[in-house]
Amino acid sequence: MPNIIKNNGVVQDDWQVWRDTESLPDQGKVIVPLALWQAEKAELQALGDVGVFLASDESPKLLGDDIALLPLIAVDFPKFADGRGFSYGRELREQHGFKGELRAIGDFMRDQLFFLKRCGFDAFALENTELEDAIASLADFDEVYQASIDQPTPLFRRR
Amino acid sequence: MYVYDDYDRAIINQRVNQFRDQTQRYLDGKITDEQFLPLRLQNGLYVQRLAPMMRIAIPYGTLSSRQLRKLAQISRDYDKGYGHISTRQNIQLNWPKLEEVPDILAELATVEMHAVQTSGNCIRNVTADQFSGVAADEVEDARPYCEIIRQWSTFHPEFAFLPRKFKIAVCGSKADRAAVMVHDIGLQIVKTAAGETRFKVIVGGGLGRTPVIGSVIHEALEPQHLLSYLEAILRVYNQLGRRDNKFKARIKILVKALGPEAFKEKVEAEWAYLRDGQLTLTDAEIDRAKGFFTRPDYAALDDQDLQAMALESAEFARWLKQNTHAHQQPGYRIVTLSLKPIGIAPGDITAEQMESVADLADQFGFGELRTTHQQNLVLPDVKQTDLLTLWRTLTDLDLASPTVGTMNDMICCPGGDFCSLANAKSIPVAEAIQRRFDDLDYLYDLGPIDLNISGCMNACGHHHIGNIGILGVDKKGQEFYQISLGGSQGLDASIGKILGPSFAQEEIPDVIEKILGAYVDLRQPEEDFVDTFTRVGLDPFKERVYA
Ligand code: HEM
Ligand code: SF4
Repeated sequence: MPNIIKNNGVVQDDWQVWRDTESLPDQGKVIVPLALWQAEKAELQALGDVGVFLASDESPKLLGDDIALLPLIAVDFPKFADGRGFSYGRELREQHGFKGELRAIGDFMRDQLFFLKRCGFDAFALENTELEDAIASLADFDEVYQASIDQPTPLFRRR
Repeated sequence: MYVYDDYDRAIINQRVNQFRDQTQRYLDGKITDEQFLPLRLQNGLYVQRLAPMMRIAIPYGTLSSRQLRKLAQISRDYDKGYGHISTRQNIQLNWPKLEEVPDILAELATVEMHAVQTSGNCIRNVTADQFSGVAADEVEDARPYCEIIRQWSTFHPEFAFLPRKFKIAVCGSKADRAAVMVHDIGLQIVKTAAGETRFKVIVGGGLGRTPVIGSVIHEALEPQHLLSYLEAILRVYNQLGRRDNKFKARIKILVKALGPEAFKEKVEAEWAYLRDGQLTLTDAEIDRAKGFFTRPDYAALDDQDLQAMALESAEFARWLKQNTHAHQQPGYRIVTLSLKPIGIAPGDITAEQMESVADLADQFGFGELRTTHQQNLVLPDVKQTDLLTLWRTLTDLDLASPTVGTMNDMICCPGGDFCSLANAKSIPVAEAIQRRFDDLDYLYDLGPIDLNISGCMNACGHHHIGNIGILGVDKKGQEFYQISLGGSQGLDASIGKILGPSFAQEEIPDVIEKILGAYVDLRQPEEDFVDTFTRVGLDPFKERVYA
């Protein structure tokens, strides 16, 4: 099983990302595309734990009330320069009250971990990176100016 | 000036460490070129034609003498002993070494400076009216709000990987000196009948290959909502801005595609979540920010008779008229130091000049300076009784060209001499024009003319909003120049109209001469160039130039 960064540590990961939108997986602990989830919700739920990943042009709004059903939502970064997922993270946490695991998948990079964490992500499936080293980037800054998920009070209300 | 507290200091110092580590990992081959690109850009580091180029932030163009001295030292120790003031009020170094950039950042941090977000697809350094806090026509000082915006946008976790760069400008004066109509977001401070502060919010302006005048989406935003409203705009843009084509990725394209009304609705829908939340600015915070920009300890003076002072000498009189501006405080004057002497690239300043200017800021002011988007420097608080002495010193330093506001105070991007994106050179064009029109009486007779030159359609030289705009174009591998007329900045900003087929470099001074000749023939008494153009249109100019 591959490792990922989760809750500030390196852990083994038993979830699998299922990118196929046509056929169904045969087991749970799987993260499926939004389209597959919308088409086959009942079958997928029957498999056990299922998460959904949003492509970078799929706003969390498309999940609607299903957000409350999901233990895990992932946001796929097709390119690290595509920053839509940062807004999705905050939207899921702040506007939709999502409490489950919020995972970044795809082509993001270590140097984005700090910002991703601030936007509500708590799991990072970083590929091709030395994870033990990468954890350091989660703590690039001790202080921040803005309000966000990890620090809902902006600095100007704290100084 | 804003003064860092422990929080600000810690944040900037950690930034230095972060970039040092990133640079090291890049040099060790652990970060690819592609991955390093946004990291270095957000630290102000370009890779350019001849060498890296480093852009250092001067937030809203306000600088202390101590900071300017540091810039002088850095330019000497790490570069070739000069810097370049840009149209975004920043300063650029043309020859730093990649390996030394972390050290430069560390040096900058010692004087509360940085290169945060001076480039890249993030919220850029916020710009402002260079006369903020001292302008006689001021409605309210823009700088406290600029500082509030600076802090909010610095390492904003959600908006560091936007579809494209994002520029915010704030103007608190009646005359717009910050080009608010051509920024991604322009904020114009206005007052209600009851004297309360409000922001007119303009979105979707911009130049580049698709020049657009922004649209007003809020006529009178209350200050406490400033950040939540900005955040709502940015969130809409981050999600809906185009990412398939970098030339269509700016917010201006989104606002145009949706229409300003529909865009505003989306912003308001997002704002509904943010409004009145934690981002709501408190009176305490606004007061805290204002506390750093209080009026300095002005002496109680009377206004001098400037007309009488001008009798001193014709040269001094010219400078007094062109390069100094009315001040809020009686007995004081705002002084613009021209970085446009003939023969240097507009905006260039040497380390020695920086040091001398820093001394002047201490001697003739309160140790404060401004950078302008016209690529000049400003001493904001000069006693009128000191003007003559100051002028003598500036003349010795070659910083007193009495051409501010005239055509020879041109804006000019680095162009083909430095920039790898250029289609054509721009610095030699600026120089050729300055040399042709070096007769001051003629320049003054022409009155205020903004002449702006860009070496390519990215429009770093703001050519679209120049009364006369010059754009470098490439024709079958050769450098040509397209002229546009009638652009203007201000609150009634307009995009210039293209005159016709482009010209070779050596033709430009003649072409400009014909345009000016047409203007002189056509104008009514006291009519500025741009007003004549608006009245008569393009054709008479075209006839004259292509006859
Ligand atoms: C030297 C390397 C430089 C590079 C590679 C560069 C690149 C660019 C590019 C690609 C754009 C187009 C942005 C767009 O429309 O999306 C742009 C715009 C701009 N640049 Fe530069 N630039 C450079 C230097 C400068 C300098 C020296 C200045 C100031 C003197 C400057 C000021 C601006 C401004 C004001 C714009 C805004 C035009 C707008 O409003 O859209 N740039 N630059
Ligand atoms: S306008 Fe073009 S040539 Fe000039 S600095 Fe910008 S990108 Fe370079």
